[in-house]
Amino acid sequence: MNKIITVFVCIFWIVPNIQAQIDPSLLKDPTAHSKKDLLNMDAIYDRPFVTNKKAPVSLGGYVEANWQHIGTDGVSDGHQLQFRRMTLFVASSISKRIKFLSEIEFEPADKEIAIEFAAVDMEFNELFNLRGGMIINPIGAFNQNHDGPKWEFTDRPISSVAMLPATWSNAGFGIYGKKYNKNWMIGYEIYASSGFDNSIIENSENKTFLPAAKKNTERFEELPSGTPLYTTKVAVRHNKIGEIGLSYMGGIYNKWQDDGLVIDEKRSIHVFAVDFNTTLPKTNTFITTECAWVNVDVPKTYSEQFGNKQFGGFLDIVQPVVKRTIAGWKDAVINIAVRFEYVDWNKGQFIDTGSNIGDHLWSIMPAVSFRPNSQSVLRLNYRIQKQTDVLGNPPSNTAGFNFGLSTYF
Amino acid sequence: MNQRNTFISGMVAIIFLIISCSKFEPEAPDDDSILDGPVNGLTYEQNRQFLAGDIAFNDEIFTPATGLGPIFVATSCGSCHAGDGKGTPFTTLVRFGQTDSTGNKYLHLGGPQLQNRAIPGFKTEVIPNGATSSKFTPPANTGLGFLELVSDEDILSMSDPEDSNGDGISGVPSFGYLPEFITPNSNAVVKNGKYIHRFGKKAAAYNLLHQTVNAYNQDMGITSTFTPHDVYSGHTIDPEVSDKTVRDVVFYLQTLKAPIPRSKGNGNFETGKALFTQINCSGCHTPQLKTGFSPVTSLSNKTIYPYTDMLLHDMGTELDDDYTEGFAKTSEWRTPPLWGLGLSPNSQGGQYFLMHDGRAKSIEEAIMMHGGEAKKSRDSFNQLKESEKSAIIQFLKSL
Repeated sequence: MNKIITVFVCIFWIVPNIQAQIDPSLLKDPTAHSKKDLLNMDAIYDRPFVTNKKAPVSLGGYVEANWQHIGTDGVSDGHQLQFRRMTLFVASSISKRIKFLSEIEFEPADKEIAIEFAAVDMEFNELFNLRGGMIINPIGAFNQNHDGPKWEFTDRPISSVAMLPATWSNAGFGIYGKKYNKNWMIGYEIYASSGFDNSIIENSENKTFLPAAKKNTERFEELPSGTPLYTTKVAVRHNKIGEIGLSYMGGIYNKWQDDGLVIDEKRSIHVFAVDFNTTLPKTNTFITTECAWVNVDVPKTYSEQFGNKQFGGFLDIVQPVVKRTIAGWKDAVINIAVRFEYVDWNKGQFIDTGSNIGDHLWSIMPAVSFRPNSQSVLRLNYRIQKQTDVLGNPPSNTAGFNFGLSTYF
Repeated sequence: MNQRNTFISGMVAIIFLIISCSKFEPEAPDDDSILDGPVNGLTYEQNRQFLAGDIAFNDEIFTPATGLGPIFVATSCGSCHAGDGKGTPFTTLVRFGQTDSTGNKYLHLGGPQLQNRAIPGFKTEVIPNGATSSKFTPPANTGLGFLELVSDEDILSMSDPEDSNGDGISGVPSFGYLPEFITPNSNAVVKNGKYIHRFGKKAAAYNLLHQTVNAYNQDMGITSTFTPHDVYSGHTIDPEVSDKTVRDVVFYLQTLKAPIPRSKGNGNFETGKALFTQINCSGCHTPQLKTGFSPVTSLSNKTIYPYTDMLLHDMGTELDDDYTEGFAKTSEWRTPPLWGLGLSPNSQGGQYFLMHDGRAKSIEEAIMMHGGEAKKSRDSFNQLKESEKSAIIQFLKSL
């Protein structure tokens, strides 16, 4: 772990300074920056804000609601009307080189009001910015770039919410920076934060399940393992090729000592992710993908039900097919899209039989979306999904429609 | 397209979607192709209890915070009985201890069941030196409520301890003592204070409450008011599952439907059935039984086709693991029901794991592993033509 951090630090410490990372004008004029200057890591600030020049803060947010009718093997709960979430952003330029942003999410179904992000950014140098507070760990791309209105699909990627913990935020500190050179851009982030706990292998999902740790709100005050979770990401972008990101998150996850007494071995978790996005120039086709590998040190005496290796990812392809004035909306866009998903929560073989452990899923989700403007989307999705249990029995078949809206406000 | 047309098109699309959306969803599998699901005719109230039991059985995953272990075999009931079908070697139990009816001498060392898994920070059990053991693959759950209602008298009527009919089969009922929390049936047959037990590989469990309570305790390390002793420490601790949940699970098991035979379109069904009887497989795997009275109308006074006599049979040295429980001999096993046999691969990861420990990888292999009282039938099967063997296999798969 220390070697990995050292390598990342060395790579970026020697890069010469070219351009400032923090753009204080962002909060006053959200359209001022060029999309070409942005990486996935900028998604947290790449949001529309409303500001009054006399007010100390800028405000924004988004909302998501939908109807769905989905069935599995002939069993359906019928029509469902869902209000998934409303998120509020509050941002403030404390000074020219210090800013603060918070993201508060309301999820009524989970009876949850959660602060997802609340961090202060201080610029010392374009390649050395300090971020501290409640940060979002930059594992993969979706975790930082998860706003509903940006996506053509109501459901978040399964690998991002049920393998990786989507909107995984922690108390932490870190540094980040970015460098431009003509069409090239490179950015990095390194954080030490609070992190996982025993719940990733002690949960009601009956599988190794990283998102279970999100329920532990004590992580904002106490690290169960007494050691930080390290997260680091490097992203490279070429304006004509696309952006690729490599990220790592790892550390000791379990409570191995309590009140000075050793109660278990130290057990580690390692997550690697690769993400890529591009827009094909001739067709304007947008492609974004993310794959992640999870390695968890599960006690050998524990159940094989809880895997020590996981893999999952998704691929979204979005094709604009109409862009013109529709029903009075100027430059409205109709897209067709499709998402391919695969998650294997338990890679490996059973000790007793040598046969493959199941617990995997694949899904294809065609979609049509209508964007009256870039900040709002109406989307119709149809999911086709097959999920196999841990024993590898015949899969359960799920399919159904989902129609929803999401918009920034 | 003007705004009016857009509006009309949008409304038509929405109405079409709302009306027809369910047509685009997967159809339910045929009832005879799955093992789970309740018996027909449950009342609303009974459906509610069935659902509560279903959730407790299949969805309630125990964690250390909710009482799992600290040593255990599985984290939930459903982990061992996927789709209410048979289990696999992954969740096969190991029992250890006794070789005769004098009782388990290793209870103080963790007997009778090996908890081969442990929550983090704890060590698993090991089989003590000198103890014998046997592996038990989890059975299917379906139709258990019907079997529970077969009267003791009917079971006794099938027994033939002295083999008076000379067919080489001498099944005996498993008599055993009841734990305190069990209330015997009103028409129970009692012999020297012992009652006929009918569930489990060695017929060591009296009824589904007995079986369920033991499974919570021995399989998952969950204590209840019925079995308050922690499997790790041996001490009494607070109940980790409520009486209501246990009784809901028992009701769920009682009201799971019986497997539905799939003889339609199986041209060999009648031939296979006749051969099955001809070579006297039916001497132990009794095709037809009847249930007694039950307050659940769907279970009460029904004719069922489980293909078991619920008696213990000596299966010879071939299946003698030198371990037993209750009052069975080490070579004695309770006749397992054959209904639903053909659907076993759907819960066993696409393959067969048959016999008490899953050692047989096909039905034919399982037949060939029979010995003792079943030796005659096994040899008879072996002498059949391939087409006749195939007819029996197809018949068994259709049950």
